[in-house]
Amino acid sequence: MLGRTANGIFWMFRYLERSENMARLLEAGLRMALTRDIVSSEDEWRSVIAAAGQRQAFEAQHATYTGVQAWNFILRDKANPMSILSMFELVRTNARLARNAISGELWEAINDNWMQISDLLAKPVGQSDVAEAVTVIKRAGTLAHGAMVGSMLRDHAYHFARAGTMVERADAIVRILDIKYYLLLPALSYVGSSLDTSQWDQVLRSVSGDRAYRSLNAGQIDARGIVEFLVLDDRFPRSLAFCHSALREELAALARLHGGEGQANRMMREADIRLSNQSIEDIFDKGLHEFLLDFSATNAAIGQAISNDYRFLA
Amino acid sequence: MDGPDEQFDEMHGPAGSVREAYTDYEQWYSQQDAHFLNRKHKDAEHSFRRTGITFNVYGEEAAEERLIPFDMVPRIITAAEWRRLTRGIEQRVRALNAFMYDLYHRQEIVRSGRLPQRLLQQNDAWLPNMVGFTPPGGVYTHIVGIDLVRTGPDEFYVLEDNARTPSGVSYMLENRETMMQMFPELFMQVGVEPVSNYPRRLATSLAACAPKMTEGRPTVAVLTPGIYNSAYYEHAFLADQMGAELVEGSDLRVIDGRVAMRTTRGYEAVDVIYRRVDDEFLDPLTFNPDSVLGVPGIMDVYRSGGITIANAPGTGVADDKAIYSFMPDIVEFYTGEKPLLPNVETWRCADEEDCKYVLDNLADLVVKEVHGSGGYGMLIGPTATKKEIEEFRKKLQENPHGYIAQPTLSLSTCPIFTDAGLAPRHVDLRPFVLVSPDTVDITPGGLTRVALEEGSLVVNSSQGGGTKDTWVLKD
Repeated sequence: MLGRTANGIFWMFRYLERSENMARLLEAGLRMALTRDIVSSEDEWRSVIAAAGQRQAFEAQHATYTGVQAWNFILRDKANPMSILSMFELVRTNARLARNAISGELWEAINDNWMQISDLLAKPVGQSDVAEAVTVIKRAGTLAHGAMVGSMLRDHAYHFARAGTMVERADAIVRILDIKYYLLLPALSYVGSSLDTSQWDQVLRSVSGDRAYRSLNAGQIDARGIVEFLVLDDRFPRSLAFCHSALREELAALARLHGGEGQANRMMREADIRLSNQSIEDIFDKGLHEFLLDFSATNAAIGQAISNDYRFLA
Repeated sequence: MDGPDEQFDEMHGPAGSVREAYTDYEQWYSQQDAHFLNRKHKDAEHSFRRTGITFNVYGEEAAEERLIPFDMVPRIITAAEWRRLTRGIEQRVRALNAFMYDLYHRQEIVRSGRLPQRLLQQNDAWLPNMVGFTPPGGVYTHIVGIDLVRTGPDEFYVLEDNARTPSGVSYMLENRETMMQMFPELFMQVGVEPVSNYPRRLATSLAACAPKMTEGRPTVAVLTPGIYNSAYYEHAFLADQMGAELVEGSDLRVIDGRVAMRTTRGYEAVDVIYRRVDDEFLDPLTFNPDSVLGVPGIMDVYRSGGITIANAPGTGVADDKAIYSFMPDIVEFYTGEKPLLPNVETWRCADEEDCKYVLDNLADLVVKEVHGSGGYGMLIGPTATKKEIEEFRKKLQENPHGYIAQPTLSLSTCPIFTDAGLAPRHVDLRPFVLVSPDTVDITPGGLTRVALEEGSLVVNSSQGGGTKDTWVLKD
């Protein structure tokens, strides 16, 4: 496979994952805003924009936070290079670029959804349509992954696609945890105390983990438990442990296909050892923020190593 | 019989009779209800959008992608008609290839006085670098798309020889796929020659032209200018269908006398390049130094036998319309036979007498630039305004060498599906021809382009033309 094509597939799936995560974040925000009065819903949208990492860009345009402004900014604003619309366009551009390495079914899933999403987001999205938009975007990801799993050879393209997905997903989990950290746990003494449960609920919802978490914890919610779930529980597909174990498998498969390990495999092994040797107590003792910073840096470095190992760029 | 001035329609003969080619189709069509057909008509567009069969129009926003309109009434050719056509096409393509060889070697045709030397000197597509060099297998024109027009039952003419980089084959294939999806029962009732094996035939034909130093199975790659090129869809489609790599210039470099592509495991040699990049961008060291689409040094590798480039650089000479006007002589010179497929009568404005005639009859003629293509820069006398004609007259007088003229042919029509039922529109036909050292392979079918406006003769997709599925009936 060409390095450039591998790069296209890797980023196609990173952007797909990113747009999906953004949609989940928006969904969680919408739900919270519904349960608030106007003033605190402004706080809520500020925190959604912050979690999306778009605070600066948003505030350059808007003095206050309203729901309509916030979701249109995230969904479709031209001034926002990371809007879902721009990202989905990147998904499709990369899919076109790698057109001869992905299955026809996957391509059609992407192209079909792109047509639907660009239609939906052609005009400003009002209150009554925003939920529908979120649903369509999330379903786009589901369809693409389904088409891939059901139709693609377990070959280079498949493994690069999965690797891109996992690198991006881990990045998103780190971001949401880090941004909500101070809200969740303003001080260590808060651990175990009854905080604003709706904040925690939002974190879980933004990774579609609310149901899974509740079923594991008999409906009880506590901060330490949520962090442990999202960092260390490798049964949940949107936990850091799951992402890294999946990424390790994809990188091992790529190494087998290429007849040898690269820098990314070595880094992955080290990261694995570090993560599996830690308990949630260790993480809190050392500081969750520091842990997340470190994890995020390693994750980014592995992404870079994949690009170098497999000659993504000339 | 049709009278000489009668418009020839592919489906209907005089007094509404149905021609042989369309007997079975008409029987099916007459049983369909209008509502069903209307629904299918709309489905077709959606299906093309989904598959992503789009093209970009030059000069418009890069992101803009358009569909070439598809009409669901097939253009049908009988087995007997097709046999006659293929004999003529094969003869013409063999002559073209021999002509290319001769032009870049002894130039017997010029020595014999059949072709003026100046046509080569003035031809932008002429490549001195190719002189004295023979491409692997002696093949210059690996893929040719001969544009044919029809004016009567047995009157087919060659309008253009696309020997450089004919495009549109993906439409031939996708149009058929779409038709089979929409009307499966139709294909049970009518025996139609398949076209779906074209990519396999192309892969076989290209592999047969691999250079001698190829080890094992030849590695074939399609070289595209990139995703913003108007025909990118086709490049990706063909690479996908052939199981070949789709490469850009930046993926390739010359290593140890071979052209190699950057794969995830390192650089690997390429044996055959099906390039969809024009000559002048192919090698910045040899041609346009600013080109980022090509591969520095590829021409050296080519000349030393390290790679096959399809089509060979320099074949664009034959696409020149001044050369076209000599094709009947060219065919005779290299095959010793009379051309089976005639040219459209052509006046060369470079000749004083011809030029005078053209200037006197501008309102009745079609005047084309000799280097032009895609329906741009031409004058269609009968539909042009007085002002347009006068402006064109000036351009022609300033540079008579730059133009040729042809009569306004009454191109055959074929029905298209409209809200008001079937309506005749003008069509042409581009069959696709594959050339390898031993064979000339013509896929039974081709691309039928159709002018969607009533009375219009311009079928080019860049100017609002559409396409049809093209059927060759089984015997």
